[in-house]
Amino acid sequence: MTNNQQLKYMNLTLKIWRQEDSKAKGRMVDYKVTEISEHMSFLEMMDVLNEQLVNKGEDPVAFDHDCREGICGMCSMYINGEAHGPDRGVTTCQLHMRMFKDGDTITIEPFRATAFPVIKDLVVDRSSFERIQQAGGYISVNTSGNTQDANSIPISKHAADEAMDAAMCIGCGACVASCKNSSAMLFVGAKVSQYALLPQGQVEAADRVRNMVAQMDLEGFGNCTNTGACEIECPKGISLENIARMNRELMKASI
Amino acid sequence: MALNSKIPEGPIKDKWTDYKNHINLVNPANKRHIDVIVVGTGLAGGSAAATLAELGYNVKAFAYQDSPRRAHSIAAQGGINAAKNYMGDGDSTYRLFYDTVKGGDYRSREANVYRLAEVSANIIDQCVAQGVPFARDYGGLLDNRSFGGVLVSRTFYAKGQTGQQLLLGAYSAMNRQIARGKIEMFNRHEMLDVVKVNGKARGIIARNLITGEIERHSAHAVVIATGGYGNVYYLSTNAMGSNATAAWKIHKKGAFFANPCFTQIHPTCIPRSGDYQSKLTLMSESLRNDGRIWVPKHIEDAKSLQQRKMKPTDIPEENRDYFLERRYPAFGNLVPRDVASRAAKERCDAGFGVNATGEAVYLDFAAAIERYGKTQAKIQNLENPSKEKIYDLGRAIVEEKYGNLFQMYEKIVDEDPYKTPMMIYPATHYTMGGIWVDYNLMTTVNGLYCIGEANFSEHGANRLGASALMQGLADGYFVLPYTIGDYLSNEIRTGKIPTNTPEFDEAENDVKERLNFFINNKGEHSVDYYHKKLGKIMWDKVGMSRNAQGLISAMAEIKELREDFWKNVKVPGKLDEMNPELEKAGRVADFLELGELFAKDALMRNESCGGHFREESVELDGEQKGEAKRNDKEYAFVAAWEYKGEPSAAVLHKEELEFKDIELKQRSYK
Repeated sequence: MTNNQQLKYMNLTLKIWRQEDSKAKGRMVDYKVTEISEHMSFLEMMDVLNEQLVNKGEDPVAFDHDCREGICGMCSMYINGEAHGPDRGVTTCQLHMRMFKDGDTITIEPFRATAFPVIKDLVVDRSSFERIQQAGGYISVNTSGNTQDANSIPISKHAADEAMDAAMCIGCGACVASCKNSSAMLFVGAKVSQYALLPQGQVEAADRVRNMVAQMDLEGFGNCTNTGACEIECPKGISLENIARMNRELMKASI
Repeated sequence: MALNSKIPEGPIKDKWTDYKNHINLVNPANKRHIDVIVVGTGLAGGSAAATLAELGYNVKAFAYQDSPRRAHSIAAQGGINAAKNYMGDGDSTYRLFYDTVKGGDYRSREANVYRLAEVSANIIDQCVAQGVPFARDYGGLLDNRSFGGVLVSRTFYAKGQTGQQLLLGAYSAMNRQIARGKIEMFNRHEMLDVVKVNGKARGIIARNLITGEIERHSAHAVVIATGGYGNVYYLSTNAMGSNATAAWKIHKKGAFFANPCFTQIHPTCIPRSGDYQSKLTLMSESLRNDGRIWVPKHIEDAKSLQQRKMKPTDIPEENRDYFLERRYPAFGNLVPRDVASRAAKERCDAGFGVNATGEAVYLDFAAAIERYGKTQAKIQNLENPSKEKIYDLGRAIVEEKYGNLFQMYEKIVDEDPYKTPMMIYPATHYTMGGIWVDYNLMTTVNGLYCIGEANFSEHGANRLGASALMQGLADGYFVLPYTIGDYLSNEIRTGKIPTNTPEFDEAENDVKERLNFFINNKGEHSVDYYHKKLGKIMWDKVGMSRNAQGLISAMAEIKELREDFWKNVKVPGKLDEMNPELEKAGRVADFLELGELFAKDALMRNESCGGHFREESVELDGEQKGEAKRNDKEYAFVAAWEYKGEPSAAVLHKEELEFKDIELKQRSYK
């Protein structure tokens, strides 16, 4: 689609983690794909591989994906040692093949963490995130519609924008996969922050942060040692400030 | 069977209040003994599950994704409408009602639309209370923007991620109920059939997508909230997994399917780049607030652009055709989606497309950048600012408004949309048609409800921007919880529904038989092979412009393709494991039936209205020459189809539409 150059095609070697189910032992398997257009998305390249495998009667590579526009948070590949691959500010589905060149070998693994067990091939179980949210990731308001008028509590634009920046988290788990400690603090910090920044979140703030952090620990996520890899790999640019805010909230809650 | 829409008597503005005052209620102690199944956890399903659980019912919720938060409502960008009149620009419940009925080209049910407009304001209150971070102005109050087809600003938004924030709000309400044990959540589960006992929906058969296990679940009522069927076109803005299986299964079990041909082709999507394309990406309608749509005036220039011998910036102003501004001076670039899409297609079909495939038009921000730049220069008291300075100032404003969308475009297309105009082309986005429901949102099967995009009710033949989120949440938070209570009040003595009955046996056997067939067939072609072929037939013959001849041949081609699918489809792997190809096979099998009914419906409706354009029905002269021509005399009805074994054998039932509060008029945006 670029106006000026000729389309570039590439031939690639893929080293992909294959694992039949959660109990099986996994292994890396090599595959070749040819004539991959630079305008394909990474997952379209995976579609080409899977079509090849299906036509040969082999089991295609299982991977999570859905919206293919970077918002649902399903896709979760660890590509050449980075969550969502070499580009910045994108999910795997937004990664394009123009980031690679002809002849490359690409290593593709699932997001790895104790709290994210592999279900099959590149698909992992992120239900630990669900349980953390259930522990307190909400405001206890009935959905009756009998709430007060939306404009009755003004919220400063700054606070609303900051809450929005935290709320952009898509729950993909790239932060956990990127962290040497498999910490989920960026994820939990983002949710705690969204509510901590809004007046509606104040009433339950102390219980919320305590319960969410307790559940996070229970799930087997590691601690934060301020490396900052999570912030760099986060497709939505969630800031480390959210971890600091969560720690402050936790401190406040325990006084 | 005669259709009964069960619209309450009385003046339109009192219907819903009177209705709520007179329905039967279920006492809290009895709610504990009543189970409800909700399939789908987008805005409609998620908000319904949370609210029903909060009322005290035992809810079982199902999603094929690994979390309710990933349902495709998450991808809605632009905003949600509500008649709050915070801007003081004359908005009201009536105006939202009127705009929605007019925007839908007078093919929706007045009473439902009025109710939707009535509860819209409550949605915003509710979401703010849940901590949804809507955009605010510097005074701390909520901000609004404009969308196509209306003359007021009533769209609330959270950057370009409004759907995400609203869904996370509903998801948080669900989480609260999951934690309390009132919602039992079944992630990575797909509903494969509904179970009817004595004419009432009493449960579902679902497949655990991790283990492959087939499960039986029973309930006193079943709610389908599984979204639209846009993926029948293969390429659409829907998620890869979005499917019509739940809706199609209930259709085959007695739920009528209404207006399948009413499909929205959204004008501003990123064009296809090659045959490998797996989905299309939407660029929010909000861009049309500032972007100007054009193609070259001269065919030679278009040819040069197509052959990449020329750049859009080489074409001087006087040689550009801003075709929406030319044809629709009153609404300009903000005409409704169906009108904008057809106008773009008309230019491209005439050879004026601007990319290699000839299927793209420009969406240009140069004028907006200059306009904002000049305003900023004035605000900053700059005398004789240079062109570059104006550009920089203007660019900063455009970036603040649409930065995330511009970045998304650049990541996909690898071109800077600040410097070169965006290329856009229409793509399938939303389906107004769906399962027929009455005022209670109940289908033609007792105890079986359908909400959100999956039903047909609110948007007529064309949906206005920012109205899908409104409908999903209205249905789930504020409408269904009342209407389903009226039905469930008769179920308090029923007791638990057993699953060891012949009805469940039969449904489970049918499901298993079909899955076994797929695995054992060992055919020649992959599921995608068939899905792509179906998509091509649909796009070429049942797409933006339709005629009798094309529709007849589409029906025959789809039937033939379906027969080939059942002979030659190849599905690898096993039943009792995670098997995405097997999941796709079931979904495509259903699309191969739905597609034919879609074409049949389009053939029957020999008028042009909303997203449905019949080449045989256009205005021949006068000011509206060449525009779509609706035929109220013959087609002011909802087409509800009853399943009779083959899609081609479906029987038509008509629900005549009455317009008592709005005068039927030609929709003019000139």
